[in-house]
Amino acid sequence: MKRRLILPEKQLDIVLSRLCHQVIENFQDFSDTVLIGLQPRGVPVANILGKKLHKLGYKDLPIGLLDATFHRDDFRRKEEPIKANKTNIPFQVEDKHVILVDDVLFTARSVRAAMDAIITFGRPRSVHLVVLISRKNSQELPITATFVGKQVNTMKTERVEVQWNEPDGLNGKVWLVDSKSGNVQA
Amino acid sequence: MSRLSVKHLLGTDELNSSDLGTIFEMADHFKEVINRPIKKVPTLRDTTIANVFFENSTRTRISFELAEKRLSADTVNFSASASSLKKGETLLDTINNILAMKVDMLVIRHSSPGACHFLSRKIDATIINAGDGTHEHPTQALLDCYSILKEKGRIKGLKVAIIGDILHSRVALSNIFALQKLGAEIMVSGPNTLIPRHIEMLGVKKEVNVQAALEWADVANILRIQLERQKSRAFPSLREYSLYYGINKKMIDSLNKEILIMHPGPINRGVEIDSDVADSNRSIILDQVENGVAIRMAVLYLLAPTLQNN
Repeated sequence: MKRRLILPEKQLDIVLSRLCHQVIENFQDFSDTVLIGLQPRGVPVANILGKKLHKLGYKDLPIGLLDATFHRDDFRRKEEPIKANKTNIPFQVEDKHVILVDDVLFTARSVRAAMDAIITFGRPRSVHLVVLISRKNSQELPITATFVGKQVNTMKTERVEVQWNEPDGLNGKVWLVDSKSGNVQA
Repeated sequence: MSRLSVKHLLGTDELNSSDLGTIFEMADHFKEVINRPIKKVPTLRDTTIANVFFENSTRTRISFELAEKRLSADTVNFSASASSLKKGETLLDTINNILAMKVDMLVIRHSSPGACHFLSRKIDATIINAGDGTHEHPTQALLDCYSILKEKGRIKGLKVAIIGDILHSRVALSNIFALQKLGAEIMVSGPNTLIPRHIEMLGVKKEVNVQAALEWADVANILRIQLERQKSRAFPSLREYSLYYGINKKMIDSLNKEILIMHPGPINRGVEIDSDVADSNRSIILDQVENGVAIRMAVLYLLAPTLQNN
């Protein structure tokens, strides 16, 4: 088992705070801006960003959940139907700046699906992507993130694992796991 | 997991309780989808589905067709009145001809009980039973159970009365199988002539007095008196049926409790149910219709066959 810590707790917190400030720098007062966490693993990231922004005085930023399962491009190509997660977007998307949030940008296929999915709720003024980790040179589609927490060099056999601390999930660690060298439990 | 234990949906008899849970969970997601501004997702865009109806149907066919379209499947419709069946083609030949045009899934309604079982043994495509004679109508039962679940929050331990023409009803049988798997108690009620003999063998109670059944039940699923199946003269007249077995406001008001009123449609107003009951706030008849599309989307999604690489 090969498991390498790439973002310890303290650094992860700094990265998340930096992402918040980058978002503030670009969207200023957040009028007409919404934050949407991509199911399943982008949701905790979106919630933390939301909480941090709340502390910084941006209290009315709407946060939603988006599941892009039905917009994926690999349906009927797997043995089992893909399980879906909850979608909850209790606000208008039409003419808003949408900030999609995910934990890891890998092949970028799920982001493609999410962009298609978000359009079924309305026509956003713009769509941006915030990711905690971006895996270098592994995208299979011409998509990059607007704001990146950390860029990492990875191999295809490796997996990036984000672990959130229980119970509040306000902080955590990021690991790089090589699945080729044995079974790894998160 | 997210895979059903069956390859076809022939009846609720063959499903287990975890299948039912999986279908209901997916239906939740699709219910959210059909309430979006754009109600369509591209999930089944490479799937072709034929709706083959050898028997008339309005709402089931529309519901299936909408479910298919909202999943972006290609659909073709076939109805017996406009087909070569009239020219003497057999059921199997008709279906094989449709399948030769590369259809992945079939939604079938047929007047013979077991028609879908028969076809499932002969062909490769995935079959969804949309009603086979007096046997089963699984998607109706699934949407009935789902509607109860959404309204009551649970099914286990609930008392469900199925009232009306049990003898000719595929909805009743599918409901009995599904509800029992989910832990509900069931009573059938209606005229003796319209209740199959030995129905107690299925583990259901029988009550000829409709008022007594209503007093027992938490949920009343009132079935349509199927005029087109009334060749057997099970009761003297519709007026008499309505007098003794029809559900009216007075009966509901005399109960000292809330009871959920359901009906699979189409309603014969003033026969098995009065308008003021069907349109009351205890009735979830229109919720059933909405849930029907979500349930059918869930079933199609879960049963869509894996693509074969040529």
